[in-house]
Amino acid sequence: MTRKQRRGVLIGTCLAVLGVAVGLVLYAMRDSIVFFYGPSDVAGMEMAPGQRFRLGGLVEEGSVERGTGTTVRFVVTDGAKTLPVTYTGVLPDLFREGQGVITEGVLEPDGVFHADNVLAKHDENYMPPEVAAKLKEQGVWRDETGADGPESKVN
Amino acid sequence: MIAETGHYALILALAVAIVQMVLPVIGTRLRDPQLTAVAVPAAQAEFILIGIAFIALTTAYVTSDFSVLNVWQNSHSAKPLLYKISGVWGNHEGSMVLWVLILALFGAAVATFGTNLPRQLQANVLAVQGSIAVAFLLFIIMTSNPFARLDPAPFDGQGLNPVLQDPALAFHPPFLYAGYVGFSMAFSFAVAALIDGRIDAAWARWVRPWTLAAWMCLTIGIAMGSWWAYYELGWGGFWFWDPVENASFMPWLAGTALLHSALVMEKRDALKVWTILLAIITFSLSLMGTFLVRSGVLTSVHAFAVDPERGVFILGIMAVFIGGAFALFAWRAPLLSQGGLFAPISREGSLVLNNLLLTVACAAVLVGTLYPLALEAVTGEKISVGAPFFNLTFVPLIVPLLIAVPFGPLLAWKRGDLYAAAQRLMVAAIVSLGVMIVALAINQKGPWLAPLGIGLGVWLLMGAATEIATRVKLFDASSTESWRRARNLPRAAYGSALAHAGVGLMVIGLVATTAWRTERIEALAPGGTVDIAGYQLKFEGVAPRQGPNYQERVAVFEVTRDGNPVTELRPSKRAFAVEKSATTEAGIHNSWRGDLYVVLGDELKDGGYSIRVYFNPMVRLIWIGALVMFFGGGVSLSDRRLRVGAPKRAKPKSKTATVAAEGR
Repeated sequence: MTRKQRRGVLIGTCLAVLGVAVGLVLYAMRDSIVFFYGPSDVAGMEMAPGQRFRLGGLVEEGSVERGTGTTVRFVVTDGAKTLPVTYTGVLPDLFREGQGVITEGVLEPDGVFHADNVLAKHDENYMPPEVAAKLKEQGVWRDETGADGPESKVN
Repeated sequence: MIAETGHYALILALAVAIVQMVLPVIGTRLRDPQLTAVAVPAAQAEFILIGIAFIALTTAYVTSDFSVLNVWQNSHSAKPLLYKISGVWGNHEGSMVLWVLILALFGAAVATFGTNLPRQLQANVLAVQGSIAVAFLLFIIMTSNPFARLDPAPFDGQGLNPVLQDPALAFHPPFLYAGYVGFSMAFSFAVAALIDGRIDAAWARWVRPWTLAAWMCLTIGIAMGSWWAYYELGWGGFWFWDPVENASFMPWLAGTALLHSALVMEKRDALKVWTILLAIITFSLSLMGTFLVRSGVLTSVHAFAVDPERGVFILGIMAVFIGGAFALFAWRAPLLSQGGLFAPISREGSLVLNNLLLTVACAAVLVGTLYPLALEAVTGEKISVGAPFFNLTFVPLIVPLLIAVPFGPLLAWKRGDLYAAAQRLMVAAIVSLGVMIVALAINQKGPWLAPLGIGLGVWLLMGAATEIATRVKLFDASSTESWRRARNLPRAAYGSALAHAGVGLMVIGLVATTAWRTERIEALAPGGTVDIAGYQLKFEGVAPRQGPNYQERVAVFEVTRDGNPVTELRPSKRAFAVEKSATTEAGIHNSWRGDLYVVLGDELKDGGYSIRVYFNPMVRLIWIGALVMFFGGGVSLSDRRLRVGAPKRAKPKSKTATVAAEGR
């Protein structure tokens, strides 16, 4: 093999791998991206049936209903609009009424958001940036992450 | 007083670091040996000064000096001693001090033990290290002073976030930082080589041990974090493709590639420019990890209340170092000579393939991590890129690499024989196929890909065994000859075989637990039972208990298997009064088949509890694999050829000795 051919093999392999990678990324981008909405966004848009998204906001005070089974119902609010949520499973430790929450799942035709994932946060003073931004849009933002909040870091 | 001493030591360290950054470079330019020699004592002094600052901060934590703001925010007098100490780096300011301490430790090590380095290279390396220290010390002193005082001093502290009060997590950050910062050595050597415009195989011999040590620390640090997430967060998951996890995983991928390309450079004097570039990329990714975690730009379970000003500062540091290094690379890299030709099918060729796939997989992770940021900046839409994206992109890129791994070590340098390698791997292939067929036969549920994954793991294990067997000519030579060869085999060979076997174990664990995990969520009243994976769990009830700094409710489960008692599991929910927070402690029973994992949920209206039970088959192989990789790295590091400062082996006397050495 000449030097030129060797270089050709090398460059060809690199291009092939890169091409496959770009293809995979583009394909995955189309199918596996999850959008984030607040209750007001959801009210104002047509959702394709079965489309997964993340719903964020505050857990409305007094809305958490625990039955005798493992299904929990609560209402997520951003101050302007609300959306009822059901979730089957064990809630994270820091799930509380009046606190920020992010849930992931599907909006069913009955108007209830069926969450299969409720995200836990490590810090009780932490407000997910998306939730904070949505709350600011709706004008119900309270500065909960005051200067006296413990800051912590895992990494 | 102690806090002020620490603060003062930090400022002195900054001054010393500025000297360390400037004088040696001027010295090497002017060829002034005295100016050049300043680098060594400066690096040692910098380490001592930052050490004093770190000890001062630790003292403040251990003695619970709440007049120090940082201690008040992150500690409490009732906390166990271990967590008072780990509290030092359980927060932003303290963890930055640990970061620069490790940086200075590596610098001091090069200064003290690098006496066999060419003076000029050593001085330039220390100068680059000094410049990194200057940037981060400035950052600490200007935006994140850990020694700020509170007046009047409060009576008691606010406590450390309870999920961080855990032994594995106490040591997770130091290992992770040692990994991140360790790659700064490779970066400094790369930049120093670019400044010099000279690079040779000896350069790679000096860089390899540092990179290997950093890689080992990062491996064990990531594994600890994942182990902690598994048993502490109560989700039973071990990897979430969370942006901050990705931030530590990307330098690991690039670092793994760097280890392999430095090997080519050391042995064959080839891939020089690429190795330099990879060293710069690896450390750039480490810096990016630091930025992503501390700037608050990402949503992640790891990101906490943060100050945007700090983010801008770290972004500035990143821009200077990454931009500067790439500019220097573009300017100077053409000066570096090209070396060693090789055929596409050869040891070099296989290592190039390794590098190609690792860096492309790393790029895919990078895209998935940064895409949400880019999209939000451009369109304002908020998205999350989760596990499905990474499973679709990362996995298909890394699987071909894993299939190729056993071939690499069996190919000769320069020109290899793929057919001969394949013949040697025949036994490994047959065993893997056999395991795959057995797995396929007993795989009643779960995806059809899972048995292939198990087969891949066995293939890696068998491949590692084949490599050693081939090298010692097992069954081809007499047993005494094989034994003699086994003893004479360089430790680096055992190290790489162990590391590759560790990857195999990890693959088996990942595949088994992902494909065959079972999960039950039940509402149970005391006396109720759950059946899972052949176990029966009887819920005995919940009792309160007082811990050192928390109250907990402990549930008791009797576990039986076919009517025989197995164990008693006690998952609990802990309430931390000081921190006003709660944690979940899972009850885990470990057997060779896998982990039985029980989590206590909320109390229900009728006095029952919601209970979550998992069975995670062979999940521990994931961390055992990481440990094996770590030990493989350690064995390789103990090879005398890599030992820093070890004298070079005497020249082989006869021709046969030369041939034997090349055969390795």
